Amino acid sequence: MTPPTPDGPASDIRRQGDAVIIAVQGDIDLRRSVEFQQEVLTVLDERPARVVVDLTAVPYMDSSGVASLVKVLSRARRQGAKMVLCGLNDRVRGLFEITRLDNVFTIAATCEEALG
Amino acid sequence: MTCPVRQPVRMAIFSTPDHLPVVRAAVEKMCELLGFSSALAGRVMLSSDEALSNIIKHAYRGATDRPIDVEIAPVHDGGRDGIRITLRDWGAYVGREQMRSRDLDDVRPGGLGVHIMCEYMDQLDYQPAEGGGTLLTMVKNLPEKKEVTP
Repeated sequence: MTPPTPDGPASDIRRQGDAVIIAVQGDIDLRRSVEFQQEVLTVLDERPARVVVDLTAVPYMDSSGVASLVKVLSRARRQGAKMVLCGLNDRVRGLFEITRLDNVFTIAATCEEALG
Repeated sequence: MTCPVRQPVRMAIFSTPDHLPVVRAAVEKMCELLGFSSALAGRVMLSSDEALSNIIKHAYRGATDRPIDVEIAPVHDGGRDGIRITLRDWGAYVGREQMRSRDLDDVRPGGLGVHIMCEYMDQLDYQPAEGGGTLLTMVKNLPEKKEVTP
């Protein structure tokens, strides 16, 4: 699988203990959701125990971005990894609420909480 | 509230995802000028974006060089101001009956765009366009009373 590109939406990756934190950058829409999904799935190839997807720097997400995260969550669960989203702004959180996926994903207010 | 904008904005875009942020910015700015709260503007913007994404994916089957006409207009209907977004494509006709929203309890990717549009917009009308394609009209009214942002 292709590794994350330096300027891809999920290219800012750091490791802390058994967790991998992915800091996502920019809008996640039809234009970038496939690349975003591939990048996060590449991180899952490392089989981390926990994946934190930090959406603090994501001003906008559409349903294709949510669909990508659903695919990633499905893969994480199959691998036995815990996946947590954090840093959602009100609009992105609203998208999860209107699609009722706020009950499916683990959503933390901050990255610190996600890692706790 | 007096509507400060009277004339519509019209854009001719291509069916490329690269043009989606441009339309989003225009929709959000028009909402702002018409007095929508940031929260409601975000919902209108998301709905128009989902509609355009569906045109690209379904009407044009992913082709990125096909035309889409976009009109963003202030409306005044029944004493209420609002925004009307009209999207016209020349692809395969995709009517409301063909745009299926999935059961939200069925957790899987896809099928969320129509659900979002239906939930967030006051009117959603798909019509076969003269000369082929689809004419989609979406309307969102301003709240009757001064809006309180959720």
